[in-house]
Amino acid sequence: MSNDTDEVFVGVDVGASRTKVAILDAAANLIGYDVRKSGTDFAGTADLCMEASLDMAAVSRNKIQYCVSTGYGRKNVAFSRETKTEISCHARGCYHYFPMAMTIIDIGGQDNKVIKLDDQGRRINFKMNRKCAAGTGAFLEEMSARLDIPLEEMDALARQSTEMVELGSYCTVFSGTEVLEKIRQGKKVPDIVKGLFFSVIKRVLEMDSLTDRVAMTGGVVEHNPYLVDMVREITSRDILVPEHPQLTGAVGAALFAREAAAAEMIRDE
Amino acid sequence: MTEEKKVTRKKIEATEVCKKIMADHFYEMDEAVRTRSKKIAWCTSVGPAELLRGMGFLVYFPENHGAMLGATRMATDLIPYANALGYSPDICSYLTCDIGSYLQKKTPLKMAYNIESVPRPDVLVYNTNQCRDVQDWFAWYSRELNVPLVGVHTHRDIGDIGPTQIKDIAVQIEDLVPQLEQVSGGKFDMDRFKEAVGYSRRTSELWRACLETAAAVPSPWTFFDATIHMGPAVVARGTREGMEYYELLLPELEQRIRDGVAAVEGERHRLYWEGMPIWGKLRPLSEQFYSLKACVVASTYCNSWIFDQLDPAKPFESMAVAYTELFIVRDEPFKEKYIADCLEKFKFDGIVFHDAKTCPNNSNNRYGMPERIAKNLGIPVLTINGDLCDLRCYSEEQAKTNIEAFIEQLEET
Ligand code: SF4
Repeated sequence: MSNDTDEVFVGVDVGASRTKVAILDAAANLIGYDVRKSGTDFAGTADLCMEASLDMAAVSRNKIQYCVSTGYGRKNVAFSRETKTEISCHARGCYHYFPMAMTIIDIGGQDNKVIKLDDQGRRINFKMNRKCAAGTGAFLEEMSARLDIPLEEMDALARQSTEMVELGSYCTVFSGTEVLEKIRQGKKVPDIVKGLFFSVIKRVLEMDSLTDRVAMTGGVVEHNPYLVDMVREITSRDILVPEHPQLTGAVGAALFAREAAAAEMIRDE
Repeated sequence: MTEEKKVTRKKIEATEVCKKIMADHFYEMDEAVRTRSKKIAWCTSVGPAELLRGMGFLVYFPENHGAMLGATRMATDLIPYANALGYSPDICSYLTCDIGSYLQKKTPLKMAYNIESVPRPDVLVYNTNQCRDVQDWFAWYSRELNVPLVGVHTHRDIGDIGPTQIKDIAVQIEDLVPQLEQVSGGKFDMDRFKEAVGYSRRTSELWRACLETAAAVPSPWTFFDATIHMGPAVVARGTREGMEYYELLLPELEQRIRDGVAAVEGERHRLYWEGMPIWGKLRPLSEQFYSLKACVVASTYCNSWIFDQLDPAKPFESMAVAYTELFIVRDEPFKEKYIADCLEKFKFDGIVFHDAKTCPNNSNNRYGMPERIAKNLGIPVLTINGDLCDLRCYSEEQAKTNIEAFIEQLEET
């Protein structure tokens, strides 16, 4: 446990949908974090998240040695010293938990990423989804509104499915129409929800091949762990998931902050 | 640190001359239309321009107009007018924005040169070596303006080019002569034709040499500069003025090398751009690469105006070779070998593939090439989604993040 004399390293991940902050101590233990809706005031949300994370870590602001921001709103974080893309930060965060060659599948609120790392954690390749929201958290949010089901109940519903309904379209709008058609046909809601999960998985798996071990991260994975079970089944692979999949980018940013602070110290000596 | 910085760069002095050549090109045609002093031929970018020059036509290139519509960001608003006529948003956005521009009577020529409209054609001449869209594009104008349409149909997706193909294309080009004579009202002049082929050949050699100056480390210019300076090679192909422009530009670039002038200050990464430019975003992209200390040193696009097989001694046959051996006409193994040779010459660290939504012909990422190249050449690749003109197909934020992440990846290695 940390105390007020320890220095800390902060990663702020301002995603299009959620803002996440992770605070690491000198030994890279996660000692504080927070997640909240990014909203429209990125800087304000980042600040609130930071305060909450510092409270959790029980450290004061002046103990922050270095802060790196990432994500869609990375350039809006006034108190960060450096920015890094979410691709680098997810890779870094994931490798921290699983130091091995792997394919990372990140399912975020607004985009998906497939990142390949070698056994040294170096990036070999990465891909982000194309312009469309199909297969991202935004797709599930849109569908939960269409079906009038709270987002947080989707995971439990999908688990109740006995006969999954397959949806064919690429497009979020067309999928919406397809879903209405399935309801009209009398299909059961859990079967449709599982079909929606399957459609997210299909969109992600078509982005790239899976090589080495596979890890899944991101908010959608955190809140819908059944997705991971489905990927396990579909791919017949064991899937690694870090403890807080939604925080992977923020943890990665904090790890970069820790490295940058160390480099700075060496330079200053 | 990957923050973008304010960009200040040493200007290329020849730019003013480049601008003047472009302006004169349009003024000359505008004047000819008004005074009916010369006939105008519209020609596709890699169509038989030398033949047209040899026959006394002034040559206008609608693709250049498309690029201007893209660069001025007028295209995105004009494309829907062509869509409404049944020309899909999925087909060439040069075609759709140009037709939209005609329908709406809006052209960037007005703002740039105070010219009301593009020059009315007397004949429309295409070569399908690049795509079928050019034929459909010109066919629309042919119907609309009741103007004759003639063209060359090139074999596509070919590996080795054989005598059958060359003979066929050479005959097709030669067959254009009587049709064009009917329009021009004059006799075909072989000497003038050969002269135009000679100018094109020399222009190509000089243009190649200009592009190859980017092999220097640091590079004296970037792909983004070259997209501007290729203007004369496109619109003044087959003329003395076109050739002379590169006699001016080449020594300047060579001098920049000697003086150690870097197009990208502190150049750390060198990249290859595969695919069409994103015309409406050239500046922000150029500035982003600059701020990341990455220089785009070579591209398939700018190389596409090298026709060094042209030979005034064998004008028809050499035109057939030059316009068939282009990258866009060739099969995947040829293209991959071509990029490998460029790697050898320009020593880049990565390739950016631009998947242009409306131009499958210039989007070479769609049949697994990036993956094969990454594996065979051992360099990382990135694909960004966008378009040449239709900015509705481009997510700037996503492209920027992808590019930034790609540079971070290069920094890790
Ligand atoms: S090659 Fe592409 S950009 Fe050029 S005219 Fe054809 S479709 Fe349009």
